[in-house]
Amino acid sequence: MIQIKDLYKKFGRNQVLSGVDLTVQKSGIIAVLGPNGSGKTTLIKCILGMVIPNKGTLIVMDEPVKNNWRYRKQINYLPQIANFPGNLKVKELFTMIKDLRQQPDQQDDLVSLFGLKPFLNKKLSTLSGGTKQKVNIVLTFMFNSPLLILDEPTTGLDPASLIQLKKLIQVEKAKGNTILITSHIMQFVEEVADEIIYLLEGNIYFKGSVAALKSKTGEKDFEHAIAAITTNASNV
Amino acid sequence: MHQMFKILKYSFYDLIRSRWSYVYFLFYLLLGFVLLFLNNDVSKAVITLMNIIIVLVPLIGTIFGIMYYYNSREFTELLLGQPIRRSHIFLGQYLGVAGSLTLSLVLGLGIPFLLYGLFKSNAIWDFGLLLVTGAFLTLIFTALSFNIALSHENKIKGFGYAVLLWLFMAVIYDGLFLMSLIIFEEYPLDNFSLIATMLNPIDLSRTLILLKLDISALLGYTGAVFKSFFGTQWGFLISIIMLCLWTGLPIWRLVYKAKRKDF
Repeated sequence: MIQIKDLYKKFGRNQVLSGVDLTVQKSGIIAVLGPNGSGKTTLIKCILGMVIPNKGTLIVMDEPVKNNWRYRKQINYLPQIANFPGNLKVKELFTMIKDLRQQPDQQDDLVSLFGLKPFLNKKLSTLSGGTKQKVNIVLTFMFNSPLLILDEPTTGLDPASLIQLKKLIQVEKAKGNTILITSHIMQFVEEVADEIIYLLEGNIYFKGSVAALKSKTGEKDFEHAIAAITTNASNV
Repeated sequence: MHQMFKILKYSFYDLIRSRWSYVYFLFYLLLGFVLLFLNNDVSKAVITLMNIIIVLVPLIGTIFGIMYYYNSREFTELLLGQPIRRSHIFLGQYLGVAGSLTLSLVLGLGIPFLLYGLFKSNAIWDFGLLLVTGAFLTLIFTALSFNIALSHENKIKGFGYAVLLWLFMAVIYDGLFLMSLIIFEEYPLDNFSLIATMLNPIDLSRTLILLKLDISALLGYTGAVFKSFFGTQWGFLISIIMLCLWTGLPIWRLVYKAKRKDF
């Protein structure tokens, strides 16, 4: 599904990714974790072709990423900051993305699931942060794709919507799709993730299940286990 | 290609719903009516219009281009995650901006001229050329401003460079040109002024229109050199080719830059 070999990316003098090797074969929920500035978003954006790596190869859905756009038909992406063109109505935004993708969608179900019906005719600039994030989620889950990439999906969501989001993620997993998630909410990660990829200083420091991480660090609590590898990397 | 026209369509709709497109359109409409019905002379109106267009069109193209790029950053990022070719996203947006500006210009000036009875007048070709030049200048300066925006993440910097570019091309360039003509008047300056004219799309447009109008009194030194060097026909053709180059190169660089940029 995703094959990354020897991936390097530098922004100016700042080396963000230094030789990442990663293979994701099976379906399920994979959490990409790491402290701020460890290259999570950069890695995701490399997979999406938004950031162009300095070195290394990326193969996503059996297609090379370089100078390619077709493979993105099989990816749904939820960006970190839900900012949309402000003078567009919610309904128009949905129509536009559907027009561009030309794939069967589940817009109506998702709109009622998140209670967005009253907002359909509102301009995007007038929505609150949480509502924008719901629009963002609807856009992401609207199409059925084998790979979903969610960058901080829980930002700004109220508890009810968070429950719906978790359900949606489980539905996608049941369909046999792969879901790549970044999050700083450890409780959320522990609840949903099948596998964890821990990035540190531009490299993959740990890859495995939650249980494996706990036994490796000797911590019973997941949050503490994560904190342990962050602060005390040499001891692990 | 199909995808590019969709992007173009959405950018275009987005822009023609904006208040500023109407202001721009109404300005030309008013200008056209005032010049024609107060002047009562199409040829004179064309000359006055030319003087306004060759300064105003680049300014508006630059500012609209740079503002649209920075304002639609989020939109662009949304599109970049979708299965669309990068070059199509940026070309679509560029053509959306340049297209809506050109439409404002052509409709705003076209309507009063049509009502005035342009088709019965001999000035229709002069007027047509004026609109073509205006369209070229819009395409050129919007493309240049997109280039600046793509190279500068910082809005304020990008905006500053864009305004400086316009100021240089519309005002400073002519000043420098004139000064060098005076300073080096002892030397043969034919080739120098030919090249200097071609290197500035605003000067090029002015020369092109004046060649077409065939008013030697207004041609000035450069125009005269142009005319004697190329003759009216050749001069005309070469200026058009140069304008095409001026449009093509920034568009090429825009696509080149967009393909290599990180978002």
